Amino acid sequence: MELWYTENHTEHVRFSIKVKAHLYSNQSDYQRIDVFDSIEFGRILTLDDVIMLTEKDEFIYHEMITHVPMAVNSAIKNVLVIGAGDGGTVSQLVRYQAIETIDVIEIDREVIAVSRKYFPGLANHFDDPRVHIFYEDGLKYVRFIQSAYDLIIVDSTDPFGPGEGLFTKEFYGNCYKALNDEGILVNQHESPYYDNDAKAMIRTHDRLKIYFPICSVYQAHIPTYPSGHWLFGFAAKNHQPVKDVSRWNDLGIKTHYYNTDLHNGSFYIPNYVKVLLGENG
Amino acid sequence: MNEQKRAPIYEALKQYRKNRIVSFDVPGHKQGRGNPRLTRFLGNDCLSVDVNSMKPLDNLCHPTGVIREAEELAAQAFKAKYAFLMVNGTSSAVQAMIMSTCKAGEKLIMARNVHRSAINTFVISGVIPVYVNPGIHRDLGISLGMSLNDIKTAIKEHPDAKAILVNNPTYYGICSNLREIVRLAKGAGMKVLVDEAHGTHFYFKEGLPVSAMEAGASMAAVSTHKTGGSLTQSSFLLIGEDVNAAYVRQVINLSQTTSASYLLMSSLDITRSYLALEGEAIYQKVLNFANYARQEINQIGGYYAFSRELIDGDQFYDFDETKLSVYTRNIGLAGIEVYELLRDDYDIQIEFGDIGNILAIISVGDRDLEIERLISALSEIKRLHQKSIHNLHMNEYINPIIIHSPQAAFYASKKSLPIMDTQGMVCAEFVMCYPPGIPILAPGEMITKEILNYIQYAKEKGCLLTGTQDLNLEYLNIVTRMEAL
Repeated sequence: MELWYTENHTEHVRFSIKVKAHLYSNQSDYQRIDVFDSIEFGRILTLDDVIMLTEKDEFIYHEMITHVPMAVNSAIKNVLVIGAGDGGTVSQLVRYQAIETIDVIEIDREVIAVSRKYFPGLANHFDDPRVHIFYEDGLKYVRFIQSAYDLIIVDSTDPFGPGEGLFTKEFYGNCYKALNDEGILVNQHESPYYDNDAKAMIRTHDRLKIYFPICSVYQAHIPTYPSGHWLFGFAAKNHQPVKDVSRWNDLGIKTHYYNTDLHNGSFYIPNYVKVLLGENG
Repeated sequence: MNEQKRAPIYEALKQYRKNRIVSFDVPGHKQGRGNPRLTRFLGNDCLSVDVNSMKPLDNLCHPTGVIREAEELAAQAFKAKYAFLMVNGTSSAVQAMIMSTCKAGEKLIMARNVHRSAINTFVISGVIPVYVNPGIHRDLGISLGMSLNDIKTAIKEHPDAKAILVNNPTYYGICSNLREIVRLAKGAGMKVLVDEAHGTHFYFKEGLPVSAMEAGASMAAVSTHKTGGSLTQSSFLLIGEDVNAAYVRQVINLSQTTSASYLLMSSLDITRSYLALEGEAIYQKVLNFANYARQEINQIGGYYAFSRELIDGDQFYDFDETKLSVYTRNIGLAGIEVYELLRDDYDIQIEFGDIGNILAIISVGDRDLEIERLISALSEIKRLHQKSIHNLHMNEYINPIIIHSPQAAFYASKKSLPIMDTQGMVCAEFVMCYPPGIPILAPGEMITKEILNYIQYAKEKGCLLTGTQDLNLEYLNIVTRMEAL
């Protein structure tokens, strides 16, 4: 018998991973949560039939969504993470001594519970005393916050499902308000390659541009995400992302993907992506 | 209650589909085969039951089979003597209520804040309206329910009136003292007709304002499609104890289509069953959403999402808490401006914005996610667009001065004049401010300076003004000579 996990990357493209065992499956109040064990990628977490992370390649996503803003502004102390119930983003953030608080807003309690059980290497970091978890809608949480954070990381699912509110204009406007004058917002920015993902990507970029004077995207190669070519959004009130960030190396944080050369390189994007974003290709 | 599980029209259509009948009747698309693009768009399942009246499916004009059963089940669910499936919109139900109680030249007492369908009926039928001022809420600028004193006065002044038409709840969710109105009307030998377009849910959830049938009204027009979940244009006309349903059927048939849509009828049938079985839970959820949204919106500051605290025992006798109406003027924006910002900047479509308020419909189909989006968008609109409060036009209600009956004026000789030159003349057409579709002018009414100012203001604020021949409302038709009818 062969067991395969198959994800539709588009209506006409499929991506399959051979599965050793189906470890967990449940419909929470918000989404379907599954955990698989696989030969190639280790354990896999999927939400509504979309891969969130695999043990093997999660480091790429989580390093890139955290170290890039942290290298741009070493004075970041108060961080808000929206989504991120798997613990991956937090597991990178807790490595910074300078960070004083990490507020995690996760709408779905079940995701954190499942991660604690099946991905303890990541989720154990939720126990760091600087981490505060709020089980709430991210859109609602930011509504009440004014100039409180140095960094907001939007580590969301795709904009089709419970993460939908985290791709809206009202959300980004409220995030702008929740950041202080040095504030940076980094978000999961979808892929530029397949049509539907690209449309979400463009819409997200356009909406961020309304509020933030500095607005760029940077890229990473993530084997288990559609097309493998993934973007992050970098939006800031006054910090330019591309600059000499070599001082970050003094922190002595060991990484597998991120380094300070790649930092700047990741902001140099292909021509077709520039065209999608309305820049000169 | 078990009977309410049944949905006879739905069941018959499923059977029809299964039988694979060869059709040499209308509609010509023949289960969709004849119109592939339409079938791809709407779906095969949909087109396969878009069929004509036939023996196993009954006939809406003369129901003896599954439609009759569906109507009887609906009557049971709504606790009415009888219930008609309506496929020409709730407008046709309002028309049927008026035309089955009043003849040409007879009077009907009603508040001005009724739907245009009621006033249209006066043109068609020659019934004479007796308007009762619905009263305006001093701070919110919205029209209220009917005051008992006004009704008593109207009854006294027009003892020959045949019926009272009550709009209950109003678009904003405001209810009149329906039980007392019924008592007063019946004491004077008048029928009580209720435009209950926005009140479907009153029948299916404890603790909401009293429904028309429960209050003892003679008839009620219920837009199941508005808050109940049936397809657009479908509704029920409910019949009370003091009305001859068979005669009402004849009146309905005067103007109703003879090709009633089975899509609409099955949607009514299924919706009735669903609400009868699940309504209590569904509307509890809706109520929770609305109360939560109100609390959050009021916390933003500046906005006022009003509710039961405004109840005053008369014109604001009760409030439908499932309605989410928000007064926006304290952030310096007209309701219509907030309405447009929500749509254009945030992709959120709400029901309407008038000069001082917005109204969001919360219903069986809503989820937390959308509620949060609405609240957050309102919070952003305040942050980004708040203005100082300027002197906005407060008077939403203008007392009409009736010179001729609507029917006489509509069919009179008329001419078209630039609107600002029409002061002091008699209007020959409708001017509606839409939504919510309450008339500023009806045929036969005096055009005053106050009305012209109001129209000008509503135009500037982007309200959609309809009803006139000139779609831009730069010209208005006025009466030049009355014909003998």
